[in-house]
Amino acid sequence: MILKPQLKDIKHIGHYLGKVTIGVGFTCFVPFIMGLVFGEINPALDFLVSAEIALLCGLILTWVCATDKELNWMQGMVVVSSSWLVAMVLSAIPLYLSGHYKSFLDSCFETMSGFTTTGLTLVQDLDHLSYAHNLWRHLGPFIGGQGIAIIALAFFMKGGAGSFKMYVGEARDEKILPNVIHTARFIWLISIVYLIIGTLALGVVGVLIGLKPQNAFFHGACVFMAGFDTAGFAPQSQNILYYHSLIFEIVTILFMIAGSLNFNLHYQLWRGNHKELRKNIETRTFLLSVMFTFFIVTIGLNKLGVYSNALILFRKGFFQLISGHTTTGYMTIYAQQFIREWGDLALVGLICAMALGGCACSTAGGIKMLRVGIIFKALKQDIRRLAFPEHAIVTQKFHHMKTVFLEDAQARAVLLITMSYITIYVLGALIGVGCGYPVLNSLFESTSAAANVGFSCGITDASMPTILKVTYIIQMWAGRLEFMSVFALFGFIVAFFKGK
Amino acid sequence: MISYRLHRLQKQITQIILLVPLCPVLLMSWCYAQSISSVELINNAKNYNGNTVVYKGEVIGDIMVRGEYAWINVNDDKNAIGIWIKKELIKDILYTGSYKSRGDIVEIAGKFNRSCVEHGGDLDIHAQSIIKISSGSKISYAVNTKTINLALGLSCMILLFYLLRVRYLKTAG
Repeated sequence: MILKPQLKDIKHIGHYLGKVTIGVGFTCFVPFIMGLVFGEINPALDFLVSAEIALLCGLILTWVCATDKELNWMQGMVVVSSSWLVAMVLSAIPLYLSGHYKSFLDSCFETMSGFTTTGLTLVQDLDHLSYAHNLWRHLGPFIGGQGIAIIALAFFMKGGAGSFKMYVGEARDEKILPNVIHTARFIWLISIVYLIIGTLALGVVGVLIGLKPQNAFFHGACVFMAGFDTAGFAPQSQNILYYHSLIFEIVTILFMIAGSLNFNLHYQLWRGNHKELRKNIETRTFLLSVMFTFFIVTIGLNKLGVYSNALILFRKGFFQLISGHTTTGYMTIYAQQFIREWGDLALVGLICAMALGGCACSTAGGIKMLRVGIIFKALKQDIRRLAFPEHAIVTQKFHHMKTVFLEDAQARAVLLITMSYITIYVLGALIGVGCGYPVLNSLFESTSAAANVGFSCGITDASMPTILKVTYIIQMWAGRLEFMSVFALFGFIVAFFKGK
Repeated sequence: MISYRLHRLQKQITQIILLVPLCPVLLMSWCYAQSISSVELINNAKNYNGNTVVYKGEVIGDIMVRGEYAWINVNDDKNAIGIWIKKELIKDILYTGSYKSRGDIVEIAGKFNRSCVEHGGDLDIHAQSIIKISSGSKISYAVNTKTINLALGLSCMILLFYLLRVRYLKTAG
């Protein structure tokens, strides 16, 4: 028998949702100030209105649903998944008011793409967008990459059992520090330190390659936020191709890789434990996977003679590959070139890289390296079980921050999430095919959306069917939250209508 | 009379025969003068690779000077393409497209590269000549009074709500 949620469940969810909404409201003041500083009055007003709407909604929710009780698992998961939807709608308001989006759905698509660090975009005339709106597009990945609930945990909550449930609901099942609030604050500390370093590094490179100092540091901050948070948004329509610079590409690659590494690994490196980088199952799997997928891409590009020499092949092929594998989505070629020039084999290599994704507990999307590593370890264990005598106890261990013995339940959970990812990749592709797009294009775009990559082969456009826009929004959302909290929200809705 | 007509017909046929071989030449020169869109260039990059093309659009973003040359990015409303151009040829460009300005509209004639060997495989155009079609300008925006009114209204609502809440908390004890 399904139990119908009670009023107190809704009040608890509403209260915490209100806190997240207030957080979104306060964040709107960053581009508001930016707009005032750069003399962009109308964009600044767009953000003032949006901030006020968010604050008003948040205050009403926290007051009407006032509670001091902790969240249970179901409530925590529902708060997280619904927070992302509420944040999407509220953050879309200033973008829609900018006049650079054809519909409110398009601006919702953009904010969901930003928060989930995907990077697919429906913006019109990006090259004339204001600094304030452009900053907001890039601030989205910076907030969503670390986690919307993690902001609320780090800055607006006191801690407790409910906090951990929200933390887990946002696909972060690894605690770096014993206290979840301290963990959330540490994640933000890492991100802000990297933001300063990244902005300075890219800003200096920007000045050296001929950008005006003001633009160099603005672009530096934006490209860092979307690069470290593996989103792939850029301030100009040509993406990274705009800069025509090898050094800019190299620095961007470094930040993409840094962003796709586990925050726990960053913590170990900060503590001086450099050995972890070499021993960790994720970094090893990541290295092997990059080598394998790049090999496929290289064969594909070489077979068709897409690039005239090895150096160019490496520069173009590796940049797109590492960008796809870290699920960033930065591009130094045009979207149409993927389909028209790269050929099927190179695209298959790229799709595999996108589907596998970066490390767990990072800003990256996709299946994640930890899961891929565990699946191979489980496979190895099963093969050894077959080879050994029946009564032999076969153990399998791996290193992830510490030595861990692989258990069947862990392997089962990993396979379940992996299967969910593969299912969502295929479902999105089927809907794309249903809308009249070719199979490979649809699979490419669907994988890109669900793995939160942001590469486009040309399907993502303001003129694409509404059903496909909604499909990609759901894919980006479910992929970023790794399904559990999304399933919990659907379960909650079903229980609300069918429960007794 | 008949001989006059025959003579006229003969003259016309001769003119047509003379003009037919000239048609492709005329067509080519017409095509050359026509600018090619970014979509056409990107989608059929292999066909245009190494050819001299004419491309028209708005100069956007920053002009990035690199030694004797510079990069400008020119957007034709669909895509922006990087143009590698001699520094001395861009002296006339005064405005580049951004939130606060419409960039100069320029027409570039140059060599199109699908994957430029000189520039790490970028799709670009090496400009041989540039013509400024029209000058850009600063964009001035009138302050949106509707948004100001909305912001003021919302501020009042937040204040009212806050006062109500304070009063409620006092009453509740």
